[in-house]
Amino acid sequence: MKCGVKRMSSYNIQDLLERKNRIIKDSVGLDYDTFERSGVGFDYEKMMHDAGYSFQEVQEIQKNNMVGDTPLIELKNITEYARKFASKGYGARIFLKDEASNLSGSFKARRAAISVHKAKEMGYKGVIAATSGNYGAAVAALAAKYGLKCIIVQECFDSKNLAQPEILEKARACEAYGAEVIQLSVGPELFYTFLNLLDETKYFNASLYSPYGIMGIETLGYEIAEETNDKYGKFPEVIVCTNAGGGNLTGTARGVRRAGADKTKIYGASVNLEGLHMASDQDFNRKSFTTGHTGFGLPFAINPDRSDVPRSAARPMRYMQRYYTVNQGSVFFITEALAVLEGLERGPAGNTSLAVAFKLAQSMKQDEIIVVQESEYTGAGKHHQPQLSFAKKNNIDISFGLPEKEKPGKNIILPISAQRIEVKNIDLDRIRKSYLKRFKKESLTDEDYRYLSEELSVNVDKVKELLKEVKG
Amino acid sequence: MLIPKGTYVRIRDYLLLPEERADSLPESTSKVPLKCWIKGRLQEEAELYEEATIETATNRLIKGVVKEVHPKYKHTYGDYVEEIQRMREIILSEMWGEKDE
Repeated sequence: MKCGVKRMSSYNIQDLLERKNRIIKDSVGLDYDTFERSGVGFDYEKMMHDAGYSFQEVQEIQKNNMVGDTPLIELKNITEYARKFASKGYGARIFLKDEASNLSGSFKARRAAISVHKAKEMGYKGVIAATSGNYGAAVAALAAKYGLKCIIVQECFDSKNLAQPEILEKARACEAYGAEVIQLSVGPELFYTFLNLLDETKYFNASLYSPYGIMGIETLGYEIAEETNDKYGKFPEVIVCTNAGGGNLTGTARGVRRAGADKTKIYGASVNLEGLHMASDQDFNRKSFTTGHTGFGLPFAINPDRSDVPRSAARPMRYMQRYYTVNQGSVFFITEALAVLEGLERGPAGNTSLAVAFKLAQSMKQDEIIVVQESEYTGAGKHHQPQLSFAKKNNIDISFGLPEKEKPGKNIILPISAQRIEVKNIDLDRIRKSYLKRFKKESLTDEDYRYLSEELSVNVDKVKELLKEVKG
Repeated sequence: MLIPKGTYVRIRDYLLLPEERADSLPESTSKVPLKCWIKGRLQEEAELYEEATIETATNRLIKGVVKEVHPKYKHTYGDYVEEIQRMREIILSEMWGEKDE
């Protein structure tokens, strides 16, 4: 350790923690205290409402910025491929909302458009986002359009200075849009670096979890419901959302409901990374997916408020009706299939929900519709070839076999046939119980129970029953 | 070799030393420092691997050790991966049949 190095950007964690609430309040332009209720809960709908944009205004902002209104493509060959493994009369029509055609190449532009618009409206000089993913490129692109400064903070390198190829590509994209990129080594202190920067620059916190970050996705769900209804005379039976921080699923579900599609089922899908520790320097480069995985999906479902704002607007357990996981190898397989059967080369992480939809379609009737609600751009680094090549360099064994035998961090198992793509249905009550654990010593009021019932999308009696099991 | 003032470089800084890091981190993380890398233009002449100040894209002045001059993007499409070629063949043959007539 070179202790002689003068560290100009270092900070004290304790000091930042003490000032955290003030920094967040100044950087989001929302007073979260006004949404708190007397007990454990807060008024979610009031928060979404007080953020101050109507659905029509959100649509307008996106339209003015080349965001949204993306094509909904029927994947006819992928559908036919799935039907080869389905019983007669089965094999639902699979559609893909091609979000890669948004400005900056992903659905994240929908979220960034509203955040950056808000920042400009409130007179901030710049925006900051903490993200290693597509959201960085989206915020950078929108900031470029609005003439704002932009800083993206990403977790990128392990202690051997080895970086995930996908994250390097996103750094390049952010810089291409004129942003300053701060690349960090592995660790959850990224949050403090982020706080320190907000404090220093007084820029806007373009959080993925603010109401702006979520209302921007409502248009995505709304467009899917409207278009299928217009063209096919009905709403889709199922929409599958790749799930990480929960915002994608939350916003999509809210938009679908807004369009009146009450019966459309909303399923979450994540890549299974069980056993890999997200804060571990050693595990960092042993995974082949940097988002859309259970390492984010589960903790954010269990505690949505672990984000960078006091109350997250991404609350997936309010909307998720089933939650599936799939192995890394199956997602790479379906990514290849999308390219060679549909002529669509898209980034692997966004195809997580496609792998799940491919499997689920096989047990749905042929006239039913299942929608994969996003895709993302692809490029050097952000593609299954560099990712598999990188995995090999990190001594991850790659083979063909049974996907359910895959051990994240040790091997990647590619299905020997599309028939072998398997998904795992996670017990939502298990997630609900983990959510409730932190309340097991509290004495809850009727209002608290009502809040928890909304949060977990079950009735009050069920909340009480689950809490009883948690108390054991 | 002296790098002229104004050159676009990449610097590295230590944000937290191991003993300053957050509690309850996995051991592989807690025993190493939290580092950061930023790019910008040199504000003064500097030597490679020596300390210098840069101005970043948001006009911030940051001090760190110069690690790279004219930093390049090194990520690529990676090496040839036999398993991808095999997946491609599996998919095409399952979909369209074994071989063209």
